[in-house]
This record gives sequence, structure tokens and C-alpha cells, in this order.
Amino acid sequence: MANQASIETRDVRLWYGEFQALKGIDLDVSRGRITGLIGPSGCGKTTLLRCFNRINERYDYVRTEGSLIIDGHNIYAPDVDLIELRKRVGMVFQRPNPLPISIRDNVLYGYRLHTPKAERSRGAEDEALESALKSVQLWDILKDRLGDRATRLQLEQQQKLCIARLLPLKPSIILMDEPCSALDPDATAKVEELIRQIAGEFTILIVTHNMAQARRVSDECVFMLIGEIVEHGRTEDLFIAPKDQRTADYIEGRFG
Amino acid sequence: MSRGETEHTDFSATPMTEASHSRQKIARAFLGIATALLLLPLFAIIGLLVTHGMSAITAEFLLEAPTAGMTAGGIYPAIIGTLWLIGVSLAVAAPIGIMAGIYLNEYAPENWVTRMINLAIVNLAGVPSIVHALFGVGAFVLFLGLGTSILSASLTLAVMTLPVIIASTKEALASVPVAFRHASWTLGASRWQTIWHIVLPNSVSGILTGVILQVSRAAGETAPIMFTGAAFYLPFLPQSVQDQCMALSMHLFTVSTQVPNVPEAFPYATALVLLTLVVTFNFFSIGLRTYLRARRKW
Repeated sequence: MANQASIETRDVRLWYGEFQALKGIDLDVSRGRITGLIGPSGCGKTTLLRCFNRINERYDYVRTEGSLIIDGHNIYAPDVDLIELRKRVGMVFQRPNPLPISIRDNVLYGYRLHTPKAERSRGAEDEALESALKSVQLWDILKDRLGDRATRLQLEQQQKLCIARLLPLKPSIILMDEPCSALDPDATAKVEELIRQIAGEFTILIVTHNMAQARRVSDECVFMLIGEIVEHGRTEDLFIAPKDQRTADYIEGRFG
Repeated sequence: MSRGETEHTDFSATPMTEASHSRQKIARAFLGIATALLLLPLFAIIGLLVTHGMSAITAEFLLEAPTAGMTAGGIYPAIIGTLWLIGVSLAVAAPIGIMAGIYLNEYAPENWVTRMINLAIVNLAGVPSIVHALFGVGAFVLFLGLGTSILSASLTLAVMTLPVIIASTKEALASVPVAFRHASWTLGASRWQTIWHIVLPNSVSGILTGVILQVSRAAGETAPIMFTGAAFYLPFLPQSVQDQCMALSMHLFTVSTQVPNVPEAFPYATALVLLTLVVTFNFFSIGLRTYLRARRKW
């Protein structure tokens, strides 16, 4: 199991109406590692990310084909339940989006949705809350004001909270869509540090526009261009000795 | 440094900038006057009603039935009738309108059927109330056999207020940021769980405001109830929705135009009571909105 890829996609194609955004994606994402998705705007990296929790599908005009296997199951098979899928595949967004409820309720939101009423207890909730907030280093700062509105926190804390609220669900994969693009450099550094710390436990996929960030944070990197994967390799290899000229041009800033 | 005709090196105003400033002042003045004019009729109406009608407002006027061919007594049955009508129409229109609004904003797919439904709602909102009245007679009084009754009149009012309730519900829901829905969905919440836990608590003030504004509109309408359930004069209070009732708007019409020898103050006093009722509803709505808004922050 440990060596098996966490996500395997075979010939994934996706259309927004008439426009084909993904043109046959074959990708193996290593378990327990951080994989960066890079490429210029419109290359399909965010679209691909959103295939993994099937959040693209809220639009009726999106059509997806091909096979996309997570932990051995094709997540586009008819028996797949979206609620179960999203429990296992969490997502962090570009702009921190804590829910307009208390810090405590934010962290426990998913946990409560997926725990039967009979099994819920104040004690179990307190434990889940403390453990999740400790994992993102917010416990000491926030433990005395867990009843405050999460939307009033600083952006860095909001984004960490958005990561924390995934943890009680024990996801196997966390998708991050430019998680630091709304943060200042200091906050970015802290969130990156957090991402590095929680890696290992989860498979993390991170979309980023920021080359330096991809280099700092990811173990492996995938370079995409107009709906296709150009190159996929260990981050240091891809940045130091790219195999494809287009990769080299992009990371050196010749386009994009 | 000399300042020639074409050379202008400091930041002082030129004839052209002066012209911009004066045009801006004129525009601002006109916009301000228009706003002031808006308030004028409101105060004029209230002033007229108070000066002409206040003298007739007594405990007897508010708490007794009309007597002597409506030339004496009070308007108590009409007040009670109006409360019946808005109560029953609200009980019908609010749940249906809110549920339809939720469906249209949260579930309905983006396709031509939805667009047609939305178009129909907009058009329904523009149908004149007298047309609703005729529809009410045809559909509720005659076809469904409900007779002229509080039920028929309230259903007619409900049909009339529904489109606006739906529209304001949709608007209130749409004002909740999509990012909250994304957060909830990606944590594995169903659409309904997201609506119930996140969307509704943050839009309830807008939804209720829309509903209450429609209640006050229903309270003032005359045409839709005239042929469907409101009576000129009833010596008794309604006991059930199958009875007819008097209503303030209808009574105002009656004492203003249909009955001779009504004391001059009576129509004004009736209008004053109706207006007070409507304004009370509106203030209640504003208060509720302020209260619920203060609790929500993002």
C-alpha cells in the first residue's frame, strides 16, 4: 500500500461545454508526498485539481471522461458517493473561506456532518477540536476564544483553520488551490511550513503560480501546458534539469 | 515663471476644470432635490390623514362595528378582517414562496426551463391587481368552489404576493458568498445540509424582510379581495376561513364613495388606521433586519 500511488489518472479529458480543458491526463501521484501543479494561467491545473473531489460537476456543462483512481477506486464510477469522496479528499481554497460560524463550529463542521448523532459527545468533539488546532499550531493562540467568529481571524489564521477543519475527517488527500495567494510573505512562509509539517500523513496536491513556492514546498512537480502534462518529476530535477524545453522556458520565466 | 495661454505648469484650476466642478455641483443639486421631493408626498399624506382623521379616532371607532348605515360606530370588524386576510395569505404564500426561492437559487439547473420560470415570476409580479382579482374569482371562488370567503381572498392575495416573495428570497440567498457553499460542499455536506446550516442562517434577515413587505402590500390591496371575500358590511366577525369578512382597504373604498352622509373624518381615520398598520409592519421588518444583520459578520 505504501508504494502504491495515491491517485492514478488515465487519459482524463474534460470539457467546459465545447472547450476542452484537459486533453488526456496520465498522472500518478505519490502517496504521502507533496505534489506541486504548475503552469501558466489556463493550463488546466486548477481544473485537474477539481477533478479529484469532483467539485467541477456543480456546473452542468462540464463533461469528464477517462479513469481517475483514488486509493484503488475509480471515483467517476456510478456507485461513488460524492459525500464519501469529499470526506476523504479535502480541499483548501485560494481565499481562506472559513464558514461564518464560531472557530469551534468550523473545525467540527465536517466532523459533525459525518458522525452519527448517537456517537457524538462533547468529550469526543473537544478532543477532535484540540487535536486539529494543535496540528496547525493554532491551539495556544485560539484556545481561549473558540466561540469567536472564524471570519474575524487574521487571514493566516483563517487559512490554517481551513486546513484544521479537514483533519477530524482523516482525509487521505488534501487538495490546495493556491493556498497562499491571498497571504502576505510572512503568512505564506508560515502556511508553507505547516504544509510541510502535515505532509506524510496525507497526500497533498498543491496548485501554485509561484515557482519559488513550488520549489520550496513540493517533493514532486507536474508542469502543465494547455490541458496536457509536459513534465512530471522530482522537484529538484524538474527545476535544475528539466527534460522538456517548454518546462525550462517556463521555469526560467520566458513565458507565463 | 510666467503663465502663458497654453502653458499651465502648476496645479491650479483651469477654465475646463472649473466647468467640471460646476457641472458636478449642478448634478448633485438635482439629485438631492429629487430625493427631497420623494419625502414630500409621504409627509403630506401623513399630515393630511392626521389633521383630518385624528379627531375621529376614539376607542369606540377602533373597537366597535359600524352602525347607522356606516355613518356612525367604528371599524373593528374591518381591522379584524384585514388581520385574517394577511394572516391566511401569509401562511400560504410565505412557505411556498420561500421554498420556491430556495429551489430556484440553490438547485435549479442553468437551462431554458429555469430561465422561463424566472421570466414567468417577473411577469407575474407585473400583473395588475385587478387581473389577480378576476383570476381569484375564476379559480378559487368558482372553479374550486371556495365561494366568496376569507380563503378565496387570501389565496388571491397569496398569488399576487408570491412572485415578489420568491424574488426577494432568491436575492437574499444569492447575497451569501459562494465561497461558503464551496467550503461546506468540499467538507462533504449535501446541498441541503449546506442550505440549512450555512445559507439560510445568513440570509434569513433578507428573506423575512421580503415577506413582511409583501404582508403590508397585501394589507393595502382592495381589488383582489373585493370580489373574492371582502364584504361591504357584516354585522358579525368571521369565525372561520369560509366566512366573508370586512377589510380596512375595502371599508375605506366603501365609506369614501358608496355610502352617503358619512362623517368627513371617517375615511381619513380609516386610512390612518390602515397606514399605521402597514407602517408598523414595515418598522417591525426593519427592526428584525437590523437585529439579524448585527448577528452576522463575514
